[in-house]
Amino acid sequence: MSARILISASYFVVAILFILGLKSMSSPVSARKGIVWAGAGMLIATLVTFLSPGMQNFALMVIALAIGGGIAWWGGKVVKMTDMPQMVAIYNGMGGGAAALIAAMEFARGEMHGSVVAALATLGALIGAVSFSGSVIAFTKLQGLMKRAHRLPGQNLWNIGVAAFTVLVGAGMVASGEPAPLQILVFFALALALGVIITLPIGGADMPVVISLYNALTGLAVGFEGYVLGNPALIIAGIVVGAAGSLLTQLMAKAMNRPLTNIIFSPITGEAQAGGSQIAGSMKEVTGLDAAAMMRYAQKVIVVPGYGMAVAQAQHKVWEMAELLEAEGVEVKFAIHPVAGRMPGHMNVLLAEAGVPYDKIFDMEEINAEFEQADVALVIGANDVVNPAARTAKSSPIYGMPILNADRARNVICVKRGKGAGYSGIENALFYGENTRMLYGSAQKAIAEVIAHIKELSA
Amino acid sequence: MEGFAALYIFMLAAFTGYEVISRVPVILHTPLMSGSNFVHGVVLVGAMVALGEADPHDPLQLAIGFGAVLLGAANAAGGYVVTERMLGMFKAGGQKGGAK
Repeated sequence: MSARILISASYFVVAILFILGLKSMSSPVSARKGIVWAGAGMLIATLVTFLSPGMQNFALMVIALAIGGGIAWWGGKVVKMTDMPQMVAIYNGMGGGAAALIAAMEFARGEMHGSVVAALATLGALIGAVSFSGSVIAFTKLQGLMKRAHRLPGQNLWNIGVAAFTVLVGAGMVASGEPAPLQILVFFALALALGVIITLPIGGADMPVVISLYNALTGLAVGFEGYVLGNPALIIAGIVVGAAGSLLTQLMAKAMNRPLTNIIFSPITGEAQAGGSQIAGSMKEVTGLDAAAMMRYAQKVIVVPGYGMAVAQAQHKVWEMAELLEAEGVEVKFAIHPVAGRMPGHMNVLLAEAGVPYDKIFDMEEINAEFEQADVALVIGANDVVNPAARTAKSSPIYGMPILNADRARNVICVKRGKGAGYSGIENALFYGENTRMLYGSAQKAIAEVIAHIKELSA
Repeated sequence: MEGFAALYIFMLAAFTGYEVISRVPVILHTPLMSGSNFVHGVVLVGAMVALGEADPHDPLQLAIGFGAVLLGAANAAGGYVVTERMLGMFKAGGQKGGAK
């Protein structure tokens, strides 16, 4: 009996720790503390659960804990900062899968008491399974294992059709009270397929929003299964994450000016633009020496880093260059688009890793008015977020997305690997601008060259 | 759990989640997404209960429970490490970031 009280009291403390942890994570000053608190909560929750009355299969449990926890711990330790988004996606998918399996267990044991419990278990299973398979697809895409977006003919009808059919089978399970094994199997197969077909056509640029959405969905699934198991820690943590994740998803979608329904029902694909208007003008090249001179004798340089810079691991070089310029009296600022990198805030993490101080990094709203006074805007590996077509070209798939006004700087230098279109496959009007010069080469090498020339000029 | 009591918990938890995140600066969005991903790793607890209640003589139940604990543990452990590493980059107040 006392074990029960201990467990209940512990779960209560755990719920408080989780909420305080999330709250602390909302400020850079206390963020580190937040994750430690939440971590302590998780540890307590896991340990007291071993004391639950009537538990069996401890050996199997410890083995599963060691394998799953061990591999994930190691994976999280070795992953590169640039690959964080897909790592979050895959861990999130696993949580969704776990929630779906909890529901599967309840069905296998045939212990559903009442239709409300059965309905929530089924709903949680559906959401969890979709989140699992969808996150796995998101992972393979971001990891570069799957290059292209695949669209079925009549994609939206397929989405709706499979979703409706899955719900129908699920409703049948709830209604029957004691569903047949085949019914359960078909239900899970359909739910997994649904996650796959929803995610397949979504392009890389929209992926952050989708990962965030699946994160929120997993939270909901966990909350529902928590109700089924009568476990308040699961309910509270799950629903809190479900709500917080939904808000975060909205914030991201808003930053990209892409309503969630558009992302899922009319994903951006490069083909949408094929046959559209060609951009007038040509790209003008610049040498490393000229680029160095332009910045060395500038008053103000704004650096616009994009994911391309991070992939090339050039952020350390860029910061080295910025320090050199500052030593020469040039004012250097970093401008971050809300969706630079692959998730909001991802670029800030990458720059922080390279040692760039906070007070040099500015959000879009803070800095957009300053581009007009900047002598040089240095665009490194960023593309869609500086594409002026988003302001003017109604036919462009990114029309309406808020962008950084790099094109309004007196001079624009774009560091770019080659002449092709970017990540989303959309041509960038900035590259053809009157005041734009292209510095070709990998970001790492191009900036190293610029650094060498700045040193020469200052010697 | 009583139906309506659960409904109240759902509602209050939803408001809490919404409120807790509403004043987060953009720079923390990624770590926060990762952090909330870690928090729903508490599904591990549910998975452990599910496996603990499984019939030891039913291989199907054991397999489902084993899989659930495996995935739940990965969610919790991986979520923690990844979030901790990201937040480790943010050194409070200092001029320099966290270059190792």
